[in-house]
Amino acid sequence: MSANLSALFYLISGILFILALRGLSSPETSRQGNYFGIAGMTISIIVTFLSVGNFGPGFIYVLIFLLIGGSIGAIIAFKIPMTAMPELVAGFHSLVGLAAVFVAISAFLKPDAFGLGIVGNIKLASLIEMSLGAAIGAITFSGSIIAFLKLRGIMSGAPITFKGQHFINLLLGLAIIFLIYYLCVNQLSNIFWSIVLISFIVGVLLIIPIGGADMPVVISMLNSYSGWAAAGIGFTLENTALIITGALVGSSGAILSYIMCKGMNRSFFNVILGGWGATDQKTTSGSKEQKPVKSGNADDAAFLMKNASSVIIVPGYGMAVAQAQHALREMVDALKKNGVKVSYAIHPVAGRMPGHMNVLLAEANVPYDEVFELEEINNDFANCDVAYVIGANDVTNPVAKSDPKSPIYGMPVLDVEKSKSVLFVKRSLSPGYAGIDNDLFYRDNTLMLFADAKKMTEEIVKSL
Amino acid sequence: MEIDPFIFRLSIFILSIFVGYYVVWSVTPSLHTPLMSVTNAISSVIIVGAIIAALAGSKQSIFEISNIFGFFAIILAAVNIFGGFLVTQRMLQMYKKKKK
Repeated sequence: MSANLSALFYLISGILFILALRGLSSPETSRQGNYFGIAGMTISIIVTFLSVGNFGPGFIYVLIFLLIGGSIGAIIAFKIPMTAMPELVAGFHSLVGLAAVFVAISAFLKPDAFGLGIVGNIKLASLIEMSLGAAIGAITFSGSIIAFLKLRGIMSGAPITFKGQHFINLLLGLAIIFLIYYLCVNQLSNIFWSIVLISFIVGVLLIIPIGGADMPVVISMLNSYSGWAAAGIGFTLENTALIITGALVGSSGAILSYIMCKGMNRSFFNVILGGWGATDQKTTSGSKEQKPVKSGNADDAAFLMKNASSVIIVPGYGMAVAQAQHALREMVDALKKNGVKVSYAIHPVAGRMPGHMNVLLAEANVPYDEVFELEEINNDFANCDVAYVIGANDVTNPVAKSDPKSPIYGMPVLDVEKSKSVLFVKRSLSPGYAGIDNDLFYRDNTLMLFADAKKMTEEIVKSL
Repeated sequence: MEIDPFIFRLSIFILSIFVGYYVVWSVTPSLHTPLMSVTNAISSVIIVGAIIAALAGSKQSIFEISNIFGFFAIILAAVNIFGGFLVTQRMLQMYKKKKK
């Protein structure tokens, strides 16, 4: 296949990928969008086979490896529980990163196969592109592995910080830039390997200081990085499909990080430079115990909700941990039978990745038109009888609106306290991720339900 | 004077960033998780580079070190392609409207 013809096909793939993302503007068009994506990928792969034109024994091996990888991917995709989505996405990002590193290594070792010159005399532009692709790919890989370990609970979600951390990161970053420059001058393979190695270390150091609840930002950021790595390789291979895709994915991840940061009213750098509550561990626990807290049981909750005319559910990460989404749906079904109007309110940073709560509710067969974003529903709390907070904490804290000294001041929160009564399912009065006490616990209209989210919801279903 | 092809690729890249910017802002927030898994799947188009790397060189020596890196990259990218698209499909299947 001629280079021009294959370039045109790669362009078509790129356009199909754009349509795949475009489809996600509404759930109705999204499924079709996914098919566009699959079509684009199929075209890219076939065109590559035709343009390489090497159908010898190597081709058979390629097909075999493709099938091995494909079957592993398919098994994972069908087996994975929806609650494990954040770590799955982090894991997948690491694979893209590592694949980018491998392709860059291969291009460096055998530049003539890619038309980039010969060993020891690679075109300058290609050398910069491939080393950037390798560096970003390596950072994506090791960073995503750390994110995966933290989300999976293999590694503690607490931020790991040490003195001079940011200085070391800066130093290593500068070292990578310097080495890329040096590589362009003398093309030594040892320097190339050093760039890859240092980038792996940077990826680890970049993610360890970030705490569990900041993971939505981290996952989006790594998503973005995997895109830029792909684009870097795309420039090296002079491949339009890769360049377009890399740009799309890069900007997509960047926008998601921005949305997540805005959801916490924090700057991107504030998140990246270390976790909340990591520095001030001293919580003044003395005064709080004196404050009165009203607590109730499942029967009280059932009675309140049965007699309400409208109920708003506020889910959070705790719902995912307790796997309470199915029990929650049953509770809502029972309430609806009693003529109660029920809707769901989702905070942008609820859960461990963008849209995490929406997927879990969809899994439990909650229709998506009953689920609302913060801006859409926040005014409705004032007219609602009961707010049922399940597994959320910081995102409901009224302190964010009233106390300028609070670390979460200015963060957009759900106006849960405005509803006539609040049912707050939580195991204890312990503070949330931000390490601050939730004022909501002590309000007159709040009834605390001390229990596991799933158990409590199931008990409420029984007494309904 | 002739324009370097690199400039054309750079133009495509920058225009695609803009396209991505506007397309992604129009994605509904409830589909942000499928957005992440599908972007992950499409970024595995890096398999194009992996295939070229794996098939590079003469027909006799298919297991040179650079080919082996290519083969590994194919496995990694293939996991992502199948896993990414299928899991996205599985998620999107779950989004249903209220039954009236």
